[in-house]
Amino acid sequence: MTGLEIPFRGETLRALGSGALHWAARDLLIVSDLHLGKSERTARRRGTMLPPYETRATLERLAADLDASGAGAVLCLGDSFDDLDAARGLDGQDRDHLLSLIEGRGWHWVEGNHDPGPADLPGEHHAELTLGPLTFRHIAEQGAVGELSGHYHPKLGLPGCGGTRPCLLFDTDRMILPAYGAYTGGMPATAPELRALIGQPAFAVLTGTKPLLVPYPARAAGRGRRRF
Amino acid sequence: MLRMTALPPQFEDWFARRGWSIHPHQREMLARADAPSLMLIAPTGGGKTLAGFLPTLAELADGAHKGLHTLYVSPLKALATDIRRNLTIPVEEMGLPVRIEDRTGDTKQTAKKRQRADPPHILLTTPESLALMVSYEDAPRIFAGLKRVVVDEIHALAEGKRGDQLMLTLGRLETLAPGLRRVGLSATVDDPEALAAQLARAPKPCEIIEADPGPDPDISMLHTEAPPPWAGAGGGYAVREVLEQVRKHKTTLIFHNTRAQAEIFFHKLWLANEDDLPIGIHHGSLSRQVRENVEAAMVAGELRAIVCTGSLDLGIDWGDVDLVIQIGAPKNVKRLVQRIGRANHRYNAPSKAILVPANRFEVVECMAALEAVKAHELDGAPKGPGPLDVLCQHIMITACAGPFDEDVLFAEVKGVGAYAGLSRAQFDDCLDFVATGGYALRAYDKWKRLLRRPDGLWQLRDPRAALRIRMNIGTIQDADLLKVRMRGAGGRPLGEVEEGFAATLTKGDTFLIGGQVVRYESLREMTVEVSRRADREPRIATYAGAKMPTSAQLAHRILDDLQRDDWPELPRHTRDWLHLQRRVSKMPERGRILVETFPHEGRHHACFHTFAGRNAQQTLGLLLTRRMETLGLHPLGFVATDYATLVWGLDELTDPEPLFAARELREGLETWLTGNAVMKRTFRGVATIAGLIEKNLPQIRKTGRQATFSSDILYDTLTKYDPEHLILRVTREQAMRGLVDFARVEEMLERTRGRVDLVRADRPTPLAAAMLLERDRVPVAGAGRERLAEEEAARLLKESGLAQFGAPTVAGV
Repeated sequence: MTGLEIPFRGETLRALGSGALHWAARDLLIVSDLHLGKSERTARRRGTMLPPYETRATLERLAADLDASGAGAVLCLGDSFDDLDAARGLDGQDRDHLLSLIEGRGWHWVEGNHDPGPADLPGEHHAELTLGPLTFRHIAEQGAVGELSGHYHPKLGLPGCGGTRPCLLFDTDRMILPAYGAYTGGMPATAPELRALIGQPAFAVLTGTKPLLVPYPARAAGRGRRRF
Repeated sequence: MLRMTALPPQFEDWFARRGWSIHPHQREMLARADAPSLMLIAPTGGGKTLAGFLPTLAELADGAHKGLHTLYVSPLKALATDIRRNLTIPVEEMGLPVRIEDRTGDTKQTAKKRQRADPPHILLTTPESLALMVSYEDAPRIFAGLKRVVVDEIHALAEGKRGDQLMLTLGRLETLAPGLRRVGLSATVDDPEALAAQLARAPKPCEIIEADPGPDPDISMLHTEAPPPWAGAGGGYAVREVLEQVRKHKTTLIFHNTRAQAEIFFHKLWLANEDDLPIGIHHGSLSRQVRENVEAAMVAGELRAIVCTGSLDLGIDWGDVDLVIQIGAPKNVKRLVQRIGRANHRYNAPSKAILVPANRFEVVECMAALEAVKAHELDGAPKGPGPLDVLCQHIMITACAGPFDEDVLFAEVKGVGAYAGLSRAQFDDCLDFVATGGYALRAYDKWKRLLRRPDGLWQLRDPRAALRIRMNIGTIQDADLLKVRMRGAGGRPLGEVEEGFAATLTKGDTFLIGGQVVRYESLREMTVEVSRRADREPRIATYAGAKMPTSAQLAHRILDDLQRDDWPELPRHTRDWLHLQRRVSKMPERGRILVETFPHEGRHHACFHTFAGRNAQQTLGLLLTRRMETLGLHPLGFVATDYATLVWGLDELTDPEPLFAARELREGLETWLTGNAVMKRTFRGVATIAGLIEKNLPQIRKTGRQATFSSDILYDTLTKYDPEHLILRVTREQAMRGLVDFARVEEMLERTRGRVDLVRADRPTPLAAAMLLERDRVPVAGAGRERLAEEEAARLLKESGLAQFGAPTVAGV
């Protein structure tokens, strides 16, 4: 499996092209913002009936990452479900699939703003969680050190290389994970909310067939268009 | 009720007072006022609109009719307003007891409410506003007494989905007002019968009246001192000569093919306008206030010229226009003829028009277009059956108005010309999609959109859904636009720019809108705030204005023209350029494919001169690069014009012939289609019209960037898990017809039959050189680009000096 090894607070985390992080020393796969059940919630609340396949798509991706990494434990960094009703309303097949992934693995549910309470599923529920030098919480806190979070769905493009892709952001103190779920929009990595959290030097890892490491764009500067 | 076949006396008096005589086709319209469907084809200035309204005015003259009598539908808001003005004059002068009002997206809420409660005799509206009215629960009451519908500029509406939606709405109206008579007013078209078949209620016939087309136009190409540039579409080089023409004429309309071009040209015109001639600008992205000011100034005869786009293509009567200038090749002879008709709005006087080619090749295209106009050869392509996404929306609109019976609705839809061939299975598919989402995986049992009641009628599960459906009525696919206004309290609205463009702006950037240079200040609640402090060279706001491809007929004519020994009527520069092409390479031919290869800026280039029109050339670009990718040529990107596709890559193409094997191209199309951007763009449109994606939400508007993202994801997800879903089927069909335009690729393959000529040059050839300057380059996602992306990422890392900070390392495991 291709990945990008990132030294972080004395640990080594491997960023995968899918947007997951593998912490080999702890046998742990970390994913954020799965937003399972989004189409069901949308139909319930808005009456628009999106293709009801996003949970299947997300779980298939997760299963593939688990296969490839062989991780024995999973940590979901919040907003795992689009809301708690969506967790309850999971289609039978999707629910079975999820249970089969949980089966035999340590599973940590860190809560998010979309799923504040424990869902009726196996695994441990945490408001936030600290493992060794690393702290896992859904929304980053100003001034935190060794923190991994999600929530913002950062995305970034490379000049001349097509559109934007979801990306992992990190500096020496924190990492902000991309959204892993299939139906998730994104916030430009350079949006003020994210700039306020990310110091320099900082990097982004773009998701894709291969994870791509680039420097986190510095503020302002020219917008020259490069030709390929 | 008494129906007049002759003019009532007060009409005769009024015509006489004005010193007018009634045109034969106007009298004919009166005589055939009873026809269930009637179409009038007349040139601009032929009193077409009055011809459409005369029977209505005659029927309303005695004051006996109560409520709505005639609906007038036009493709443009401005036209509805203008017709109200023009129609009010005879009504007042004759003292007719007739109330006339317009109702468009621009009409105030209070006026709209009043119109529902107490409709006028004549209501002037647009297809979208009409569809919205039909969605109201009280539609049966509003339309109960309706007698006539007049569809103006039906040739323009019928070209697209707006026409399909309108005809579906008319089917609905006919159920609400049995005996409704339909009248279509059209400019000159290539196939009147086909248009009539769309208007009539199938299978009934539609009578056609053709007015005297009038004298041939006086049309020429502008000769300029400076030669036109090699590429581009703006025509900026000709500003001085255009200004000279404006000076020589009373009022000039200066047409552009896109809004952005109109803006740039207007700006340049203004800089060169030393005599301070009053010149205005008018296009669809300007605010209503700005547009209305220009229209009013024009009506008052205060303007010497208007720089405009398709927003002035249609029937607004500007009176004294004595010259039409078309900047950029017209692409389509029919459209050109209709535009020329805008000059000299007096019947039986020739219209005067001047074509201004925007680049070197367009000189050739303009020459071919001039020949076609002289030969009265209009171009046109047959329209396909009614699109199902529009039908889905129609089903939702019907459900908004109240519970409906599926059999009745099916019969109604079958009566619409474009949907006459609709099968019950297709209809059921659409109904199922609207009701349940139509997925192979049966989800949403609890959350269906439509429910079937015990009595068999269908209704909305949640009546509140009607609000959202109404907010998303319409088939116009605008890019996501942001309003632009002056900063400060009560800042003046200026118009709109595309969200994608706004996203590239940073504070201090300047851009052009409505002909003025403004400075970007901030983005606040979906509004771009600007100030007047413009101290930098302006950037150009972009609009994804649909670029029409050059028609097949025109392309053939161009190819034939290129085969001539010489082109004495062309300006020297273009003539020399063509001769040079013949000397160093070859001339493209109708029956052969010319491929030129050459190195340029470290990349290998291949130029395919196949003349299939912009969309098909784009498709060819995607298909050819895909095949080149499998051949290991590492294509990096391409650019397409109406005439050719230029591909560049890391390796040289030495044997182009196998690329054009028809069977493999077709097979390639099948597999390739699913993954590409054109399909995603088409999907977005189809899904929005069919109601899978909502563009407008109550209160918050979803931002365009998020919508783009998620519609692509929806597309990918459906393709993977539900490839036969209705919306994907409709997308495939429409893409083939529209943006993919595979019919033109087929046509090209058919005429060239695998005869390929390869010219290997050591530098860009004259024809290909112009292509190098084209914009709208399309990157190819492939091994070549992946390699470059990695190189770029590495370069950025190195450049940033960050590599030393305990840099992460790539570990391929």
